[in-house]
Parts: sequence; C-alpha cells; structure tokens
Amino acid sequence: MATIEMKNIVKKYGDGFPAVNDVSIDVADGEFLILVGPSGCGKSTLLRMIVGLEDITSGDMVIGGERVNDLAPRDRNLAMVFQNYALYPHLTVYENIAFPLRLKKRPEKEIDEKVRQASRTLDLDEHLERKPGNLSGGQRQRVAMGRAIVRDAKAFLFDEPLSNLDAKLRGQMRTEIARLQKQLGITTVYVTHDQTEAMTLGDRVAVMKRGVLQQLASPRELYEQPVNLFVAGFIGSPPMNFLPATVEDGQVTLPFGTFPLPADKAERTAGKGLLLAGIRPEHFEDVSVMADDAVDGTRTFEAHVDVREWLGDQQYAYVPYDAEAQVQDQLRDLAREADSESLRTQLVVSLDAASGAQGDDDVTLFIDSDRLHFFDPQSGENLTVGL
Amino acid sequence: MNKNALNRVGTLVGFVLILLWCLLPVAWIISLSFKSQEAVTNGSPGFLPQSGGGAGWQNYVDVIQDEQFRRAILNSIGISLTATILSVALATLTAYAVARLEFQGKRFVLTTALVIAMFPVVSLVGPLFDMWRTFGIYDTWIGLIIPYMSFTLPLAIWTLSAFFREIPWEMEQAAQVDGATSWQAFRKVIVPLAAPGVFTAAILTFFFAWNDFVFGISLTSTERARPIPAALSFFVGADPFNRPASLLAAGAVVATVPVILLVLFFQRKIVAGLTAGAVKG
Ligand SMILES: Nc1ncnc2c1ncn2[C@@H]1O[C@H](COP(=O)(O)OP(=O)(O)OP(=O)(O)O)[C@@H](O)[C@H]1O
Ligand SMILES: [Mg+2]
Repeated sequence: MATIEMKNIVKKYGDGFPAVNDVSIDVADGEFLILVGPSGCGKSTLLRMIVGLEDITSGDMVIGGERVNDLAPRDRNLAMVFQNYALYPHLTVYENIAFPLRLKKRPEKEIDEKVRQASRTLDLDEHLERKPGNLSGGQRQRVAMGRAIVRDAKAFLFDEPLSNLDAKLRGQMRTEIARLQKQLGITTVYVTHDQTEAMTLGDRVAVMKRGVLQQLASPRELYEQPVNLFVAGFIGSPPMNFLPATVEDGQVTLPFGTFPLPADKAERTAGKGLLLAGIRPEHFEDVSVMADDAVDGTRTFEAHVDVREWLGDQQYAYVPYDAEAQVQDQLRDLAREADSESLRTQLVVSLDAASGAQGDDDVTLFIDSDRLHFFDPQSGENLTVGL
Repeated sequence: MNKNALNRVGTLVGFVLILLWCLLPVAWIISLSFKSQEAVTNGSPGFLPQSGGGAGWQNYVDVIQDEQFRRAILNSIGISLTATILSVALATLTAYAVARLEFQGKRFVLTTALVIAMFPVVSLVGPLFDMWRTFGIYDTWIGLIIPYMSFTLPLAIWTLSAFFREIPWEMEQAAQVDGATSWQAFRKVIVPLAAPGVFTAAILTFFFAWNDFVFGISLTSTERARPIPAALSFFVGADPFNRPASLLAAGAVVATVPVILLVLFFQRKIVAGLTAGAVKG
C-alpha cells in the first residue's frame, strides 16, 4: 500500500503530440481515484505511465516515496486490470491467478492458500480448473481481479475494466469493486469514461481533457462546483443546460425571461456582457406540481415542451429556444469536446413524475435561478465557483 | 431430404476419389515391398502378390539389416531433427522481434528472407559443394544442416511472425506488470500462445529436410552423412546389375513411417494449440 504522487507529468508520443500535459495528482494511501474524460484525453496513457508500460517524457512519478520513472513494470509492484482482461488463455483460472506468485517463486503452499482465498473472495471456486476462454465476461473480469489481488501490490490500476460487460453485470461488478477496494483498503486508480462509475466509485475524480487535468475533486464538488464549462458539461447526465445570459441590476436575462439572482453571484458577473449560464435539468420544475407557497412568481416562465420522456420516477422535457449563431457554435463545440451528441439549442428539464406535461404542450416552469453557474464564454472558466 | 442424401453421397464419392488418387501410389509401394525380387523381375502386375511371389517381411528384414541403410536412417533423423530444432528456435526469436519491435532494416530482413527462400536449390549446390570442401564440412551433418536451415528459416519466420502479430500486446504487458521479465513473458506467455505456429514451422522444416534429395546426394560422399533419399539411390542390394525394386520399396516405406508418425503427433498439438489459444472478447 502506498501513495502515488504525479508531479508535472508530461507524455509526448513520437509525433510530438502531448497526450498528457503537465498533470500533477497526489493519490493518498488507500484512496480510490477516478480518471475520467472523453476518448483520447490521455487517461490510459497516464495510467500506463504509473504502471510503467509507457515512458515518462518529463515529470516525476513517485510511488510510496520512491521515484519510479526508471523502474521496469515488474519492479513497481503494482497490479493492473486491463480493459480486455488480458488473461492467459493457455492457463487455467487457477494458474492465471497464481501466475504473479509463481514468478516470484513463492512456495507451493503459500501460492495455493492465496489463490484459494482470492477465488473465495471473488466467488470463482467452481471455475478454478477451467480455461478463461470458456468463461463469461463477468467471470473473466473476476479472474483478472483475482490475479491483481493475490499479489499484495502497492496499488491497483484499472483501465476501463467494465466497459466490455453488459449494463446489468456492470452494475454488479461496480459494487463488487467498490466493496473489494474498501475491504482491502488499497490505493486505486481507475480509468473510465462512464459517468456512473466515476461518480459512485471514487473518493476523488480527476477530469481530463486533451491531456490536461481540468479539475480534481470529490464527485459532489465536481457536480455542484465545476470549475469550467468542460467539466460542467461532461459531468452529469443528462448534461447541464447552457444558455446565453446577461446580468444586470441583480437580475439575469435568459432567452425565456429575466430572473433574480443572489447578490454574490450578481456581483461577480455584472457588466461582463454576454455570458454562458449553466443550470442542471433538476433545477427546473413544473409549477403545477409544486406547493403554492413554494412558487416564487419572479422565477417562473412559460415554455413550450417539444418532446417528453417519462422514466417512471421522473420525466425529462425538451424545450427548444432560439439563440444567436455565435452561441450556437459555442454550444456545438462544447458538445463535441465532451464527447456527447451535438446539442440542439434546447433546454432539458427534469420534472416530477406527477407532472402532466405532454409533448407539444405549453407549461409554466419554475427555475431555481440561485443554482445558476456563469461561465466566461471565451475562457470557459466558471465565474461563480464557490458561491 | 432427397437432395440432402444425394449431396452426401456425392461428397462421399468425391472423398473416395481423392483418397484413391493420393493413396494409390503409397498402396502400390507397400504392395511392391511385400513381393519377392523374382516375382518383380518376372513381371508381377497384380496388386496383391501372386501365390509364391510373396516375400513376407523378408524385404524389410533385409533393409533393416543393411548397415548402410541403418546408418542413413540415423543420419536422416539426426540431421532433420537438428535442423528443425535450430531453425524453429532461431525463427521464433527472429519472428518475435519482427512482430514486436520497430527496428531499422526490418523490411530488409523480411525481404531478404523471402528472396533466399525463392532461390532454386540446384543453383546453390555447386557453390556449396566447393565451399564445404574448403571449410572441411563436406560430407558431414553440419554441411547439410546449414543449407536446410537457410532454406526453411524464411518460411518459419514468416509463419511465426504472423502468429505473434495475432497475440495482443496486452498479454506481454500483463505479464510484465505481474512481475515477469521480458524473457519470462516471452517464454511463459507468448510462446505457448504461438504453439500452433511453432509446430507448423517445425513440420514444414522437418519435411523439407527429410525429403531433400539434391543436397543429400551432392554434399555427401559416404555413409557418414548420407540421408535416406540419397541412400536409396545407392541401394543396389546383392546384385548390382539388377535393381532390387522390392527392397527399394521396403526402404521407401521405412522412410515414410517416421514422417507419418510425426504428422500425427504434431497434428494433435496443432489442434490443441489452436483451441487453447482462443483469445476472445
Ligand atoms: N502509441 C501511440 N503513439 C502515438 N500517439 C498515441 C499512442 N497511444 C496513444 N496516443 C495518443 O494519445 C492520446 C491519448 O490516448 P489514450 O489512449 O491515453 O486516450 P484515452 O483517454 O485512454 O482514450 P479512450 O477513452 O479512448 O481509451 C490520443 O490522442 C492518442 O491518439
Ligand atoms: Mg483508454
């Protein structure tokens, strides 16, 4: 068990492209850190630099107080679970799990004990004599974890371990990994591009974009206090709504109305011209399902619902609006960066399941304008972070 | 239903025809090897030896008791096995480098290998004959092993590097993270996974060496190194003016048996290797 300190890590591949650019992250002993970001942002590269499969162009990788930049993978004593599991197809499940121990020339008795213990933990007892080729995806996944946990490694590294599983199994394995990590208390770095995994598993989440670390924070903080447009748009599903906005006299003007703002937010954003306002779908509500005294007349607006999706416990309504071409372009860029489908200029609002709003329907919506974030349209920086 | 049955019959007939076509010469040799010398000389056209014309196992006994032939068997086995083992070992290492490393001159190595494999065997015999006599390895095992290797290595390298390329990089990387050195990862993970390729290369090499006649006859002069195909051509038996056809046939059968055994053995391995190497998902 150990801490992992990354100091100004840079990785340039042969073509000079910086896949990872000046990333510094300290992972505490026993911490579960998630690396998340859109495809090609350098998550795998960073993970592979930790484990030693990729050379570090510059910066220091310190594991358990020791600089490991020049150590071969086998001398770093880290365990890794690969996306496609990388099980040894010619060995039985037992031998797959025993493989790292055999390399260390451990006595047969110890190997047997550890393998059996791992197989009990992972519920693999009845499969020990089978070959990986005959196992299901979830079972293979567990074998790969077994190979990692027998080792007494300093840390676990996972590269999208669940992406080859179907949705249901993914949910099960996710809880299993979380349980195992808590039980073993081992430092873990986990790469994913799955929102749910990122938000549920990690003590802290590092969001990356094009090789640059955007924000390193707890899942709650990422969700509630994103530092920039990218993080705000990337975390959360459905994503945060972005709207053109101007702030004047303590009021914000959005495409469908003018609403009051808290003083501190108004102060920071006043007189900055056109900004991008961000607000999450759940900060809207259908006025007809709210208690009368909870409705503040200054925070409601008429909207035309285009499409409605009813999910049982809640429903999503889509409200199109018009925006200037410049804003539309920016929203499209944003969507592309975050790997999501190109957004139309529409508002996604999450309504109470009881709401009777229908598709192609006019409704009165409430907006919790206190929860608005304001982003600088040029730099993308969140101007109201911490408020 | 009817059509299905017809199909099946057709397939069967096809199989039988092909089998007959391939196995008839073999069957004929076997039949010949059981006929007595006199019967052959007198003309014995039947497939089964005519009454009184059968020799039983006598031809085989004669062949085995022939000192020269016994020596030839030993030479052939020794030379072919050595060439196979060396060639496959070298080819495995080379192919791994070719498949996994980016190095200067990689293309050159591969093209040269192909070019060498395409050289007509006969065109090399002359120069080799001269060189080997100068080097003092004419009429030795080494003198045959070297040309066999140089002709089989290219094919083995190409076959094996194709197999290695099929194995995902993650295999080695997983092994290295698990604590293996590069060599251990290669030996314990990659080679077992490429086993079908290794055995294919081994079979091809062994066949080439075992069946070679041109080198065998030109680069040897005595029974010191003369392999079976060459030895058979020197096989004159008791009467030098009368080629002992039935003895030769027995010799040919004896020469074929090890190859058949080998194929049966390796075929098992190839199939086992193929199923064991299934990398799915
Ligand atoms: N061997 C390589 N040579 C050159 N460039 C590479 C190499 N491997 C990765 N890259 C580049 O580095 C960048 C980061 O790649 P990386 O695999 O780390 O992305 P990722 O975040 O893991 O993406 P994904 O979610 O798709 O796995 C990409 O732009 C990729 O094109
Ligand atoms: Mg990746």
